[in-house]
Amino acid sequence: MSKILIRGAKVLGGEPQDVLIDGETIAEVGAGLSAEGAEVVEAAGKVLLPGLVDLHTHLREPGREDSETVLTGTRAAASGGYTAVFAMANTFPVADTAGVVEQVWRLGQEHGYCDVQPIGAVTVGLEGKKLAELGAMHESAAGVTVFSDDGKCVDDAVIMRRALEYVKAFGGVVAQHAQEPRLTEGAQMNEGIVSAELGLGGWPAVAEESIIARDVLLAEHVGSRVHICHLSTAGSVEIVRWAKSRGIRVTAEVTPHHLLLTDELVRTYNPVYKVNPPLRTERDVHALREALADGTIDIVATDHAPHPHEDKDCEWAAAAMGMVGLETALSVVQETMVDTGLLDWAGVADRMSVKPAQIGQATGHGRPVSAGEPANLALVDTEYRGQVDPAGFASRSRNTPYQGRELPGRVTHTWLRGKATLVDGKLT
Amino acid sequence: MQRHLISAADLTRDDAVLILDTAEEMARVADRPIKKLPTLRGRTIVNLFFEDSTRTRISFEAAEKRLSADVINFTAKGSSVSKGESLKDTAQTLEAMGVDAVVIRHGASGAPYRLATSGWIDAAVINAGDGTHQHPTQALLDAFTMRRRLVGRDAGLGQDLSGKRITVVGDVLHSRVARSNVDLLHTLGAEVTLVAPPTLVPVGVETWPCEVSYDLDSTLPKSDAVMMLRVQRERMNAAFFPTEREYSRRYGLDGDRMAKMPEHAIVMHPGPMVRGMEITAEVADSERCTVVEQVANGVSIRMAVLYLLLGGNEPAVTHARTNEEK
Ligand SMILES: [Zn+2]
Repeated sequence: MSKILIRGAKVLGGEPQDVLIDGETIAEVGAGLSAEGAEVVEAAGKVLLPGLVDLHTHLREPGREDSETVLTGTRAAASGGYTAVFAMANTFPVADTAGVVEQVWRLGQEHGYCDVQPIGAVTVGLEGKKLAELGAMHESAAGVTVFSDDGKCVDDAVIMRRALEYVKAFGGVVAQHAQEPRLTEGAQMNEGIVSAELGLGGWPAVAEESIIARDVLLAEHVGSRVHICHLSTAGSVEIVRWAKSRGIRVTAEVTPHHLLLTDELVRTYNPVYKVNPPLRTERDVHALREALADGTIDIVATDHAPHPHEDKDCEWAAAAMGMVGLETALSVVQETMVDTGLLDWAGVADRMSVKPAQIGQATGHGRPVSAGEPANLALVDTEYRGQVDPAGFASRSRNTPYQGRELPGRVTHTWLRGKATLVDGKLT
Repeated sequence: MQRHLISAADLTRDDAVLILDTAEEMARVADRPIKKLPTLRGRTIVNLFFEDSTRTRISFEAAEKRLSADVINFTAKGSSVSKGESLKDTAQTLEAMGVDAVVIRHGASGAPYRLATSGWIDAAVINAGDGTHQHPTQALLDAFTMRRRLVGRDAGLGQDLSGKRITVVGDVLHSRVARSNVDLLHTLGAEVTLVAPPTLVPVGVETWPCEVSYDLDSTLPKSDAVMMLRVQRERMNAAFFPTEREYSRRYGLDGDRMAKMPEHAIVMHPGPMVRGMEITAEVADSERCTVVEQVANGVSIRMAVLYLLLGGNEPAVTHARTNEEK
């Protein structure tokens, strides 16, 4: 197997070091390592991170291959520095059986750009009525440990309670898309000052917060752990903070877009800003950043949601909800968390690799950059600044809210178990 | 003036007064034996209605024809729109036909804004009502009606509505008329009070340039005009209020309530009225109710808007006064 010497990289943002990859693993980390027999990657000034792990990706295959496939989605992931993604279950057919999750998992293995860990549906057809065969999905080759009806909330309290209890048998976790359905009928954007003016149906913060409050109490009652998808409001932060202080086993994620964008952008009526949960207010954005910095929010997850052009090139009410995110996530986190001084690069590694790998039990990912560990790595040019150009995306879809926006940082190299998937910003 | 009319909030005080003054000139045309002006001869205007509204469409159509424009009516029903053609495709079809202006009514808030800003079409866009967002020509005709009644037809020229107290009653939450009126009346110097049950006032109303009250009776004596909004009966099924009877009792305008208004105060309604719900027949048919006038004024206002957006620099009506004052 080949050797690669990454020379002079700031490992987790620290002092420059050399990192030698031998085959699938990191052989050595230190100063002045010998380059003999190794291909050299000059990394002076760049930051080396463990390969990123996304706990919330929509790969769309099977069923909506017009917007994304496992191949295009994992190529986008590799471009963004990811070595593992968790694929959400809201495909057609829904990933609610062992057969579907194995298919998705196998496609990821075959393409080889990024490990794909399927998430299983909590309920049959995401309908919230009947538990899917959670055990069978866990025992399948895909080894599912995370279950979610994402896109829909498991709103029935009894079903949620049972799911939380049931997955304890094999150490699974339920990831909740917290959205009280009755409070969000016809919802088009955050309910507040802007929705009042624009005359768009409101998605109130309380619809998220009430479900989170219920679910942390359910998790406490049955002694389970629960994960909260795309937490988006200041009030949700307070509830999770309270739950953690009480010893409840809750983890939470925030998306890059909720760390940067606000509902003021909806004034353009441009559906590229339409997403679920919706963009919130400046106050929420600041609360989310602080919560990510202090650990109340455990991880960043992209909620990468590709949609074909025609689903966004229309009036707001007719448009699909969601944004692509894999190829811009790290840049947005640098902009909102690192360049603001809220988080250092070790903190970024923790929130975007170590913790998501732990929550999802992604073996071999989110490991320290040290000898003997799997060579899952991302090299980042943090000095770079450039405008986002969706034409250059590896994703099949272009629905980014950052088109033309200047953002810092660029992933130049990604290695998946020692194999380069991205070299000098180009996919292999 | 801007190139489009999307929101009443986009109008400055001077824009709005100019439209009202121009509408007065247009109204004089209606008194002539020949009601037509040659102003927009050779210009093509499309009335693009994705939502049924015969009243608004006819009003625009009358205005367009009086200005000698070529008029195309394009309604969702029976057209390719109902077969799933998108707003964008429809817009590009109209663009290919070389239309000069699109008057659009759409059920989705923001559709006219998208049409005007997405590069799909070059024509001027006039919002004839979008979702629960805006209906700027309605607000203009309401302001025109108020100025005539409360300031005077001739005395009102060049004037705004400074100091006038306007009360808007009913389903503010779902009303584009309320939003447009709050914006325009504030720009024109009026003091606006919204009156509704709390369920029908949007969260976020606190930043609007108006007062909010839940009590109609205490507001009426301080009103120069009371505008009743239509309240759809279906709202009670979504628990916005308990029963039609309770709504009428608390927020409906009947003869007894009208008597609490100052002598000079008028009652307005954008139509169509739900008699017995928000307004009794006694009030609707009274002298103080301006509903029929509002319809006539709507044509004058729409003529003024079309003329100012499309007519260029020539005076709309050639008569001595405007020429001398140049
Ligand atoms: Zn979701």
